[in-house]
Amino acid sequence: MDIRYKKQYLSSYNFRNFFHFSKCSFIHLFFSLFFIFSYTNSFAQDVDITAGKTLFNTNCAACHKLDKKMTGPALRHVEDRLLNDQGLDKQWLYAWIRNSASVIKSGDAYANKIYSEYNRAAMTAYPSLSDADIENILAYTNQEKKAPVVAAAVASTTGPSNDLGLSNEIILGVFTFLFFLLAIGLFLVSNALRNFAILNDVKLIEEEKSKPLWKAFIDNQFLMLCSAILFLLVSAYGFYGWTMQLGTNQGYMPVQPIHFSHKIHAGDNQIDCNYCHSSARVSKHSGIPSLNVCMNCHKTIYEYTGETSEEYSKAFYDAEIQKLYKSVGWDDETQEYTGVTYPVKWVRIHNLPDFAYFNHSQHVSVAGIECQTCHGPVEEMEIMYQHSPLTMGWCINCHRETNVKVKDNEYYAKIHEELSKKYGVEQLTVAQMGGLECGKCHY
Amino acid sequence: MRIGYKILLIAITLTLSSCKNNESPNYEFMPNMYESVGYETYAENALFENNQTALNPVEGTIPRGHSLYQYEDSNSGYDLAKVNLTNPLESNEINVAKAKELYDIYCGVCHGNKGDGQGILMKREKILGIPSYLDEGRDITEGSVYHVIYYGRNTMGSYANQLNEKERWLVTSYVMKLKSDLKK
Repeated sequence: MDIRYKKQYLSSYNFRNFFHFSKCSFIHLFFSLFFIFSYTNSFAQDVDITAGKTLFNTNCAACHKLDKKMTGPALRHVEDRLLNDQGLDKQWLYAWIRNSASVIKSGDAYANKIYSEYNRAAMTAYPSLSDADIENILAYTNQEKKAPVVAAAVASTTGPSNDLGLSNEIILGVFTFLFFLLAIGLFLVSNALRNFAILNDVKLIEEEKSKPLWKAFIDNQFLMLCSAILFLLVSAYGFYGWTMQLGTNQGYMPVQPIHFSHKIHAGDNQIDCNYCHSSARVSKHSGIPSLNVCMNCHKTIYEYTGETSEEYSKAFYDAEIQKLYKSVGWDDETQEYTGVTYPVKWVRIHNLPDFAYFNHSQHVSVAGIECQTCHGPVEEMEIMYQHSPLTMGWCINCHRETNVKVKDNEYYAKIHEELSKKYGVEQLTVAQMGGLECGKCHY
Repeated sequence: MRIGYKILLIAITLTLSSCKNNESPNYEFMPNMYESVGYETYAENALFENNQTALNPVEGTIPRGHSLYQYEDSNSGYDLAKVNLTNPLESNEINVAKAKELYDIYCGVCHGNKGDGQGILMKREKILGIPSYLDEGRDITEGSVYHVIYYGRNTMGSYANQLNEKERWLVTSYVMKLKSDLKK
C-alpha cells in the first residue's frame, strides 16, 4: 500500500510542480525533479491520504461519495474539475468548505448554481478544518479510481471434484450404469442356463408349495381380531395427530417478494427489532415497516458489501435493493423520488386466528419479553420462518411458567401484593394473575 | 412381483411424508373462524388505491393525539426551529431511562450510543460521515434536533412515524444530554 501511495504523491507532486515552476527556469525544474526521491518521505507527512480518507469519511461522506451523486455531488478530482471547468482555485474551495452559506450569499455564480442544482440542501460549515486537513481530503479525492477487481478465482469448478477432474455425479452415474449392465447380464446367464437344463432334460428342483402366510393369517380368527383393533387404534392416533396440527404453521417459510435477510439486518448489523417494527412497543400489531423506514438507511446503502455465499451473491442482494428502490419510487441516479410507487406484497407469516386476541405492546413494553422468546433466533434467519407453534397450549404453558414483571410498574403493585398473599407466593405467575381466563384472549 | 409392490408402497410413503411444504400455509379448520370479517390493517382491499387497506391520513387533517408542527421542511424552517423551538416537556416528565432506550433503538445504530457518531453502521462502514453531536458547523440545539427528527435532513430520514411527539422530545432531551456529556 505504501508504495502505491508514494507513487501517487509523486505523480501529483510532479503535476503541481509543473505549474508552479513553469515560470521558473528549467534548471529549477530539473533540480526539483532530482530531489523528488529525497522529498517523498517528508511529503508523505504533509499530504496524508489515509488521514484524508478518515476526515472524508467522518465529515463529508454523509452527503458525498467519490464516484456517485448523493445529497451533494461526486467528489473525485473535484479540485481539478473546479480549476479546469470553472476556473475556481483552491481558495474558493477553502471558503466553500469552511462556510458555504456565506459564499452563496456573496452572490458567487457557481456557488448559487450548485446550490439550486442540489435542491438547495445547505452544506454544513466546517470552520474547524485546517488548511492541512482540507489538503488531506483533497489528496484523497484526487486519487485515481481503482480498477474493479475481477473475480478471477470464481472460475474454479463449482461442486466437489476429484483429482481426475470428474465430478462425483458422473462417477456415480457410470457405476450405476455398470451395475445395471451386470444385473441384466446375470439375468440373461440364469435364463440361458435354465433353457440349457431343460434342453438336456435335467430335472430342476421345484420348491414344495406350502400354505401362503396371508392365508394362514386369515384363518387365525384371534390374530385377525387383535390386528383389527391395533389397526383402528393406530389410525385413530394418526387421525388425532393430523387434526391437532391443523391450522398451525410452525416452520412456515414463504417466499417473500423482496428477499429481506433478518440475518444481515438484525444479526450482522445489530439493528434493534424495534427500529423497524416500531409499533410493537405501543400497539397490538408489531407493524410491517413502511418503505420509508427502509430508506432511512438504503438512501445511502445502495449496494451490499457484506459476506456472500454461492447462493446469495452480491449481485443477488444488489438486485433486491433495486426492487426496494422500484417499489418506493427512488431514482438512485438522480437521487430523487419519482412518485411512482408499488406496494410490496409481503406474505404474512405469523397469523393468529381471528378468535384469539394478542397484543404485542403488553408483551414487549409491559412484560419486557425479548422478541426471540416467541420468534426464535430471528437474527440468524436468512429467510424468516415461524419458530413457535402459536397454539393455545403453547401460550398457556408460557403464562404458567413466567412471572409477572412488577418492577417499575405501579399498575400491578396493589393487586400483586394482595394476590401473592392469597396464594402464599413471592412472585406471581401470569396464570395466577388471571392470564388463563378465557376472556383475556377470546371475546 | 411382491418385491415390486413393496418398493411401490415405500415410494408412496416417502413421497407423502416429504410432501409437507413449508412455503404454503397449512389447512385450517373452519376458516371463517380464522379470517377476520373486518378489514385488517395490512390486508388487500379492492376499494382503495393500490389495493391497500392501510391509508395515509387525509391531507390537511391531524390525527387524534397529534398536534400541528408549525415549522416547514426547508432550510429557513430549520433555522427558525433551531432558534425558537424549545422542549415543552417539564423536567419531571423526562424519563431518562426511557429516553435512553428509545435513543439506543432508533439513533444509536448510526450516531453511536454516546452520540459521537460512531454507531455500529459507521463502524462497519455501511453508512459514513455521521457527525458527532459536538460538531461546530451544525451546533445543534433542542429545536434543530427535534426538527431533524421530525423531517429528516439530507441523508437522514424522518423518524416521525417511529416516534410519537412525546417520544421525539424525550429523544431530543437525551441528545442534548449526550452533547453536554461529550463536552466533558
